[in-house]
Amino acid sequence: MSNAFLEVSNGEAIAREKIVHLPFNAFQENALSIVKQGGKVVQYFGYKDQASIKLMAVLRTDKLLVATCDAPESYPSFTQICEPFHLFEREIAEQFGIRPEGHPWLKMVRYHPNYRDLPDVFGNDYTKDIPGNYAYYQVDGDEIHEVAVGPVHAGVIEPGHFRFNCIGERVLHLEIQLGYQHRAVENLLQGVQAKRLPILAENIAGDTTIGHGLCMAQAVEALTGVQPDNGAQVIRTIALELERLANHIGDLGALSGDVAFLPPANYFGRIRGDFLNLALLLCGNRFGKGLVRPGGVRFPLSDDIRKTLDERIKELKPQVEHVLELLFSASTVRTRFEDCGTVSTHDADRLGLVGPAGRASGLPYDARRCFPAEAYGRIEIPENKKTSGDVYARAKVRYDEVLQSIHIIQSLIWAPIETECVETGSFDLSPSSFVVTVNEAWRGEVSHVMVTDETGAILRYKVKDPSFHNWNGLSMALRDTGISDFPLNNKSFNLSYCGFDL
Amino acid sequence: MLNTLKNRFEQGYRTCAYPNEKPAVFDRYRGKPMVQKGVAAEIVEQCAKACPQDAIDVGQKKIDMGRCVFCGACERISNGEFVKFTKDFEISTSQKSHLLTDGNLPALARHSKQHFKRLFGRSLQLRQVSAAGCNACEADLNVLATPFFDLARFGINFVASPRHSDGIVVTGPVSRNMRTALLQTYEAIPSPKVVIAVGSCTITGGPFCGSPEIAEGLDTILPVDLFIPGCPPHPLTNLHALLTFFK
Repeated sequence: MSNAFLEVSNGEAIAREKIVHLPFNAFQENALSIVKQGGKVVQYFGYKDQASIKLMAVLRTDKLLVATCDAPESYPSFTQICEPFHLFEREIAEQFGIRPEGHPWLKMVRYHPNYRDLPDVFGNDYTKDIPGNYAYYQVDGDEIHEVAVGPVHAGVIEPGHFRFNCIGERVLHLEIQLGYQHRAVENLLQGVQAKRLPILAENIAGDTTIGHGLCMAQAVEALTGVQPDNGAQVIRTIALELERLANHIGDLGALSGDVAFLPPANYFGRIRGDFLNLALLLCGNRFGKGLVRPGGVRFPLSDDIRKTLDERIKELKPQVEHVLELLFSASTVRTRFEDCGTVSTHDADRLGLVGPAGRASGLPYDARRCFPAEAYGRIEIPENKKTSGDVYARAKVRYDEVLQSIHIIQSLIWAPIETECVETGSFDLSPSSFVVTVNEAWRGEVSHVMVTDETGAILRYKVKDPSFHNWNGLSMALRDTGISDFPLNNKSFNLSYCGFDL
Repeated sequence: MLNTLKNRFEQGYRTCAYPNEKPAVFDRYRGKPMVQKGVAAEIVEQCAKACPQDAIDVGQKKIDMGRCVFCGACERISNGEFVKFTKDFEISTSQKSHLLTDGNLPALARHSKQHFKRLFGRSLQLRQVSAAGCNACEADLNVLATPFFDLARFGINFVASPRHSDGIVVTGPVSRNMRTALLQTYEAIPSPKVVIAVGSCTITGGPFCGSPEIAEGLDTILPVDLFIPGCPPHPLTNLHALLTFFK
C-alpha cells in the first residue's frame, strides 16, 4: 500500500521534522484510504504548536503510520466515510473547537470547555455542571419507554449514564454518556514535574496500572535514549500478565454472578484477590503501582520472590482450571452466554473494537503479537478460535488468555535475569521529537503519544485507553437484546470509565 | 452436580480470622510510615524534593498520609534513614490533621463518635459513590464482599440505594462533573449519616492535585468522619477502619 504516511516502530523516537506534514486534503485522502483498506486508528488528535493547531494521526496496518497536517477550523467529517474516526473527531471538536462537518453524531465526549476559548461546538453551557444535561437520542412510538441509569450506579462501580430506548423488554438503542470522571489527565501530564509523570500514568486507570505505566515508561525511554535491561523487561512482562490474570478472572467471576451461578463467582472473586496479592509480592501494591518507571523497574525479582511466586502459581493453577471447567461446563451458563449480545465481525471491524472484545468478534489483533515490546518478541501469542461475537465468545477469549498468561508467567519466573533497579528522577527529553507506544493491556490496545517542543518540554501528551474504542461495541451488543441482559453484556466488555474520561 | 461439590470441597474455608488474627501481608507491602528519630534535616529535604506527591513536611519531619501514594521513594533514596514503611495496615484516622504523622497515630477507636457506635455498631449500610478516581479504591472496596474478607459477617453491607443507607463512602477526587451527583446522593441519605473518604484522591486530590477539574479534599465539600488513606488503601486497611470506628 503506497501512502504518504511515515512508517514508525512501536516506541521509536522520531525527529518531528521527519514526520510528513501534509496539506489537509492529502492528509485526509491518505488517512481515509489506509482505514478503508482495513487500517485502524490508533491515535488521532489535535495539538497546539506555537500559534497554530495541528492534527496528528497514528494509524495501524501491520505497521504503525503517522502524519500531521494543519488543522482547518472545520472540515468534512472523516466519520462519514470511515466509522473508526467517530470518537476521535468528537474529541478533537471538544478539545480544540474544530468542527467535523456532517459528522453523524456530533456530541461532547467528556463535557468540558475547549482549550482555545472558542465558542463551543456542541452549544453546551459549562456553568451547568451535569454532563447528562443534554437531549438524549430518542425513539418515538406509543410503546416506547426509556430507562435512565446513572451516573451513580447500584454497585461499587464507576459513574456513567446509560439511556435505554426500549420496546417492552427489548432494547432498541442504548446511548452511553460518560465524562463524569474527567480530571484533565492529559493537561496534567503536559504540565507536571517529571517526578509526577509515572504516578499520573499509573492512575489513569488503576486496573490498567501496568498497561498505562508501560506506555509512559517506554515513551520516556525512547525520548531519553535509555534502554531498560533484559531483566526489567521480563519483570514488566510478568506484571502485565498478572494484571491480565487478575482482571480476566475477576470478569469471569462477575459473569458467573450475573447468570446467578454463585460458586464460580465466589471462587473467582477470591482467586482474583490472590493474583492481586502476587502483584503486591512483586512491588508492594496490589495493582502494581510503583513498579514500572522510565528506565526499568523499581523492584528486582529476588530468589525468595521467585520461589513464592512459583509456589503460589502452582497452587492456584489447578484451582483456576477446575473453576473454569465448572463455569464453562454448566449448561445453564452456556444457555445464558450463547447468542447473547452478539457483535458481528462486520460491526466490530467498522467500530474498530480492540482487545478481548475485538478478538471475540473475529478481529485477531493483539499488540503483543503485532507490535511486541518488552519480552513479547520471544513469546508466542496464539490467535483465539472462538469468534462468535457473543457473551460466550468474550468469556471464552478470557478463558484462553487466563491459561496463556499463567503459562507465560511460569515460563519467565526462573529466567536467569538480573536487573538494575531504577528510581524516578528528573530526565531530559530529546527536543522536537515524537514517540508512540502501544501495549496490549488486558482490555486491549493502550497507546500513549508524546510530542516535545524545541526545548524538550512535553508539547502534547495523548493518552488512549482501549475503552475509547469499545464503549460503542457495548451499545451495539445491546441492540435487540433484552434489557435484563444488560449487566451480563456490560460485564462481558467490562470497560473503563476513568480511562475513557481521562 | 458432582463437579460443583468437588469444587466446593477443593475451595475449602477461606475467610480470614481478622480482627482476631492479623493476616500476613507480603514483605514489600508499604503500610504505616515510621519516621526515624534524629534524622538529619538535609536528608528530609532530599526526600521532600524527590517525593512525587510533595507529601513531606520538612519542618515537622512528618509525612502527610493524605497526600502520600505510598510509593516508597523517600524510604529508598534515604536508605530508610528518614522513614521506613512498616507492614502495619491499620492507618485510618478520624481527623484529617492526624494524617500528617511521624508514625504515631492516635488510636482510632478512641476518636470515633460514640453515637455512631450506638447507632451503627450492629448494622451499618453504606452507599458508595465513585467520583473520578482510578477505580482501584472501588476495586479494593469490592473485594470486601469476597469470601476472604466477608464484610457482611460484621453486619456491614454496601447497598444500592442511598435511602437504605446510613452513610456514604466516597472514592476519587470529586471531579466537577461528579459534584452534583455526589451531593444529591448525600442529600438522599437519611440523617444521622456518616461520610467516609477512601484513598488519597478523595482526601487531598492525590495524584491529580493541581487539576482545575477536581476538588482538593472531600472535606471541602462534605463533613468527613473517617479518613482511610492509601493509593488505594489495602482491603485490610478498609476493614480495620470500618470495624474500629463503628464496632
